[in-house]
Amino acid sequence: MKSFWVFLGSSLAKMVLVVFLAPLFVGWLNMVRALMANRTPPGLLQPFKDWGKLFTKEIIIPEGSSMLFRWIPRIVFSLLLMSSLLVPMTEPHDDGWVFGDALVLIGILSLVRVLMSLGAMDSGTPFGGIGGRREMMVGFLAEPATILVIFTTYLVSHSTMTFVTADSLQSGSILPTPSLVFGGLSFFLILLGENARMPIDNPATHLELTMIHEAMMLEYTGPSLALMEWASAIKILVYLLMGIGLFFPWGVTGGPGWSGLLPAFGMLAGKLFMAGAILGVFETLVAKLRIFRVPEFMTLAFLLAILGFLSHFVLET
Amino acid sequence: MSHPLEQSLIELLGGLLLLTVFAMLSIRRIFSMIRIFVLQGLILSASTFIVGLVSGEKHLLFQAFITFFLKVVVLPFLLFRLVQRLRLRGDVEVVLNVPVTMVTGIFVVIFSYAVASPLSQMAMTVSRGLIGVGLATVLLSFLVILTRRKAVTQVLGLLSLENGLLFSATNATYGMPMIVELGVALDVLVGTLLFGVFFFQIRESFENLDLERLERTWED
Repeated sequence: MKSFWVFLGSSLAKMVLVVFLAPLFVGWLNMVRALMANRTPPGLLQPFKDWGKLFTKEIIIPEGSSMLFRWIPRIVFSLLLMSSLLVPMTEPHDDGWVFGDALVLIGILSLVRVLMSLGAMDSGTPFGGIGGRREMMVGFLAEPATILVIFTTYLVSHSTMTFVTADSLQSGSILPTPSLVFGGLSFFLILLGENARMPIDNPATHLELTMIHEAMMLEYTGPSLALMEWASAIKILVYLLMGIGLFFPWGVTGGPGWSGLLPAFGMLAGKLFMAGAILGVFETLVAKLRIFRVPEFMTLAFLLAILGFLSHFVLET
Repeated sequence: MSHPLEQSLIELLGGLLLLTVFAMLSIRRIFSMIRIFVLQGLILSASTFIVGLVSGEKHLLFQAFITFFLKVVVLPFLLFRLVQRLRLRGDVEVVLNVPVTMVTGIFVVIFSYAVASPLSQMAMTVSRGLIGVGLATVLLSFLVILTRRKAVTQVLGLLSLENGLLFSATNATYGMPMIVELGVALDVLVGTLLFGVFFFQIRESFENLDLERLERTWED
């Protein structure tokens, strides 16, 4: 059992790390996308520059919006930072001091989604309303699949704590079981849907009829916009860390000591590098789905999750 | 189990086989369906090969090679050529919409897992847990045949059904005798060739490969 101060210190360090790692990851992802499209890529630090510039600008509050609109960027940002404490990064097993399991993580993430939709609807513009509703639709289709994926990993590792799952998988066989393959595929689809990535939503467009995520961001300006963008970068990082922890945990340190921290961090950086490359290439290769095909996409995620769940009972017992 | 690695590899391939059938159910383009059929043949021959290695049954290795030759090389070549000569392109028409088909598919999988679990307790093979997967593949291929209208896609469903049968046979009893395997392989080949002739005939008579038109002419 660690002491309270060690826990506090490591949590703060992790939060700071996540805050600075998230823009780096988004920068890398944008670089890959630009390279795949034969454009000159922006630098790795481009998100820092963009958002830093936004922080120097003034906030314009739309007429008729309530206090909710002003507070939501800060609340969303801090909730997502909090959720990053629930996913394993370089430490596998934080005994005793973790305040929740993967279901709590999903709860926090859906709270974030509700708040973002509320904020989008608050200003009363039609685009915000459309964006908020579409986001809620994608979310409610993705949530059952996410929970089933969590249950599948629970069946394999007998715990819903992401840390314990990572730990038990790490000590297991290197060859994935069918249930984890199905679960991992399902989680990949969920990740694309929840983070407004390519087949569901184009993160680089401002075309009115197709956007989901950007429609919700339209009314935010200056520091609020920067916080919202930063928050979505943290969200995709949290999802990726969760995916890595549940399906590719190899290389997370075994012990609580400091000595394992550096190689573990190297492994993590390598995995994120690979994840960004795969995501960027995948996003360039697929075409965006019509909004009415989104339920189909999410049904596929749900189906894969169920198959993983069933396969555990049939094939692995 | 004395072969934990091979065991989990076979299980993994079984899971992937199930995935390909679901992909066939959900996909809308004929060319992609044929590509998935190639993948299915590849998975099937790999899993047969591994079961053959583990069990020491020589004829399973031969069967793996026949499967590979027939289902990864010859049949896809024939089908691709057929589709090109028939100038089929674009979307496959589906009878049910895709999400409904997939949810039905889930129930089919649950059903076949439930039916196969007593069977797999009786079987003595290495990979007996996979009988359920084979049965699910067979039933899902039926679903593919039921939900498609075009003749080519129905034949693809039939071929995938045959894959499922072969997979079940391999995992339940280490396959059928060699002579039966050879007969089945030849049947499938000849069947596909005959279907090719049929497609042209159907199209010449009805100017379309949509099989619903066949039913309509009976009523007229």
